[in-house]
Amino acid sequence: MNGLLTVTPSPHIRSPRTTRSIMRDVLIALIPVVIVAVVYFGWRALLLICVSGAVSCLCEFIWEKAFKKDITISDLSSVVTGVILALNMPAGMPVWELIFGDICAVIVVKMLFGGLGRNFVNPALAGRIILFVSFTADMTNYTVPSFAPDALSSATPLALEGSLTWADFPSLLLGLHGGVIGEVCSLAIIAGCVYLCVRGVIKPIIPACFVGAELLFSWLFGAANPVLGVFSGGLLFGAVFMATDYVTSPLTNWGKVIFGVGCGFLTAAMRAFAGSNGAVSFAILIMNLLVPYINDITRRKAFGGVKAK
Amino acid sequence: MKRKLDILKNGLFKENPVLILVLGCCSVLAVSVTVLGGLGMGIALTFVLVCSNVVISLLRKVIPDKVRIPCYIVIIAAFVTLVEMIVKAFLPALYESLGVFLSLIVVNCIVLGRAEMFASKNTVGDSFFDGLGMGLGYTMVITGISIVRELLGSGTLFGLRIIPEGFQIGIITQPPGGFFTFGCAMAILVAAMAKKGKKFVPPVGCGGDCAGCGAACQEKEAVK
Repeated sequence: MNGLLTVTPSPHIRSPRTTRSIMRDVLIALIPVVIVAVVYFGWRALLLICVSGAVSCLCEFIWEKAFKKDITISDLSSVVTGVILALNMPAGMPVWELIFGDICAVIVVKMLFGGLGRNFVNPALAGRIILFVSFTADMTNYTVPSFAPDALSSATPLALEGSLTWADFPSLLLGLHGGVIGEVCSLAIIAGCVYLCVRGVIKPIIPACFVGAELLFSWLFGAANPVLGVFSGGLLFGAVFMATDYVTSPLTNWGKVIFGVGCGFLTAAMRAFAGSNGAVSFAILIMNLLVPYINDITRRKAFGGVKAK
Repeated sequence: MKRKLDILKNGLFKENPVLILVLGCCSVLAVSVTVLGGLGMGIALTFVLVCSNVVISLLRKVIPDKVRIPCYIVIIAAFVTLVEMIVKAFLPALYESLGVFLSLIVVNCIVLGRAEMFASKNTVGDSFFDGLGMGLGYTMVITGISIVRELLGSGTLFGLRIIPEGFQIGIITQPPGGFFTFGCAMAILVAAMAKKGKKFVPPVGCGGDCAGCGAACQEKEAVK
């Protein structure tokens, strides 16, 4: 602060928490996922993650330098965007395509709209969708960890959901199957989720509602085994790390419930009726766009106030 | 002659129909996937625009005010039918790639907009140059956008491979890529005009009908 008396409207709450500390916690929560990715998919996974994080940062830096704005890369939000985007790639993804995704995520989705806090959808998610639409073949060319059991080694578990049995459950949980590098190991993602919840960075409402609604609706839509569906595909990763983004999720608890249930419903519907690839991403993207309206209808009444018409 | 040249240049930059007036975007977004399609569409529209502007300007004292829009549509539709037949006869491939958008020139807002805003109030010569300027402005933009989209999206130019297979960005050929390229083109033109020191006045909410407009406006004097 520059020593001037800054007068702002209430509430005057002081908190030691900064954007930087929150993003640092998210990065720490991502560590188990990153370790699993490197162990399962080799050094190429690490290469993708490092390149993506660095390029995202660089994009933000160059943009802010070019338009003479304050350099904000030290808040780590771009690193988080880059790492999450890389974790959404299959291990064989060409690096230049990933770099294109980073540029789209940081410059088009975030900086063009005014930087962190003004992005209308989650940048990493939008980057993933842009890559998914542009390079569908590369994005769905899922690599399988070399030590996966035969039953799971052909496609992602979602593609063969009908033939999965409970016997495959342990390998699903450990992530011994094909998929993008970050989504395979459910245990690592759950560990990250627990860390984020314990540190108070996210509330478990969105992931819980998301997963619960997906379970319920995929059961209603007649999925063979809804519980296995939760642990295959990008559902958990999306629910924990992408749907909970502060900027693009609702503010109130009831808003978060609507948001989570909406994501779960759309995911289940797309998985049941449209094809499994990218269902989670599109579901979260659509709900991201509805967040302003969810915020409007769940606005809390001020104490003693009249409900706004 | 200076005035004629100004009218021509007006359509190219200052009142570019696509990027500044934001008219006729539908066809720009839809047809700009290949350069050939974009260029063909631009030439077809320019032809229709020039012809309809001239004829409407010729008939401007004859057409009763109350039924002017149907009259314009009939004139425009006649020329569009003409273009459609010519393209279908001599360039069947282009006809296929333009599809419904060729016939939709009838309801293209640039053509009707220039008929209403310019040709119905100005002399034949002025209307000719206005149609030519607006048409060339449209052609310039749609060709530019389609060069970028075909090069990045399909890796080709006029169907010739420039960028090797496997380095294409598929989304550029799809609607989101169209909107994105369009937005970038708009930003570049506005930035270039701002750099030249021209104040950018977004022509929002003004149909250009200064004679029938009661509002005070800085543009008003310039038109008189």
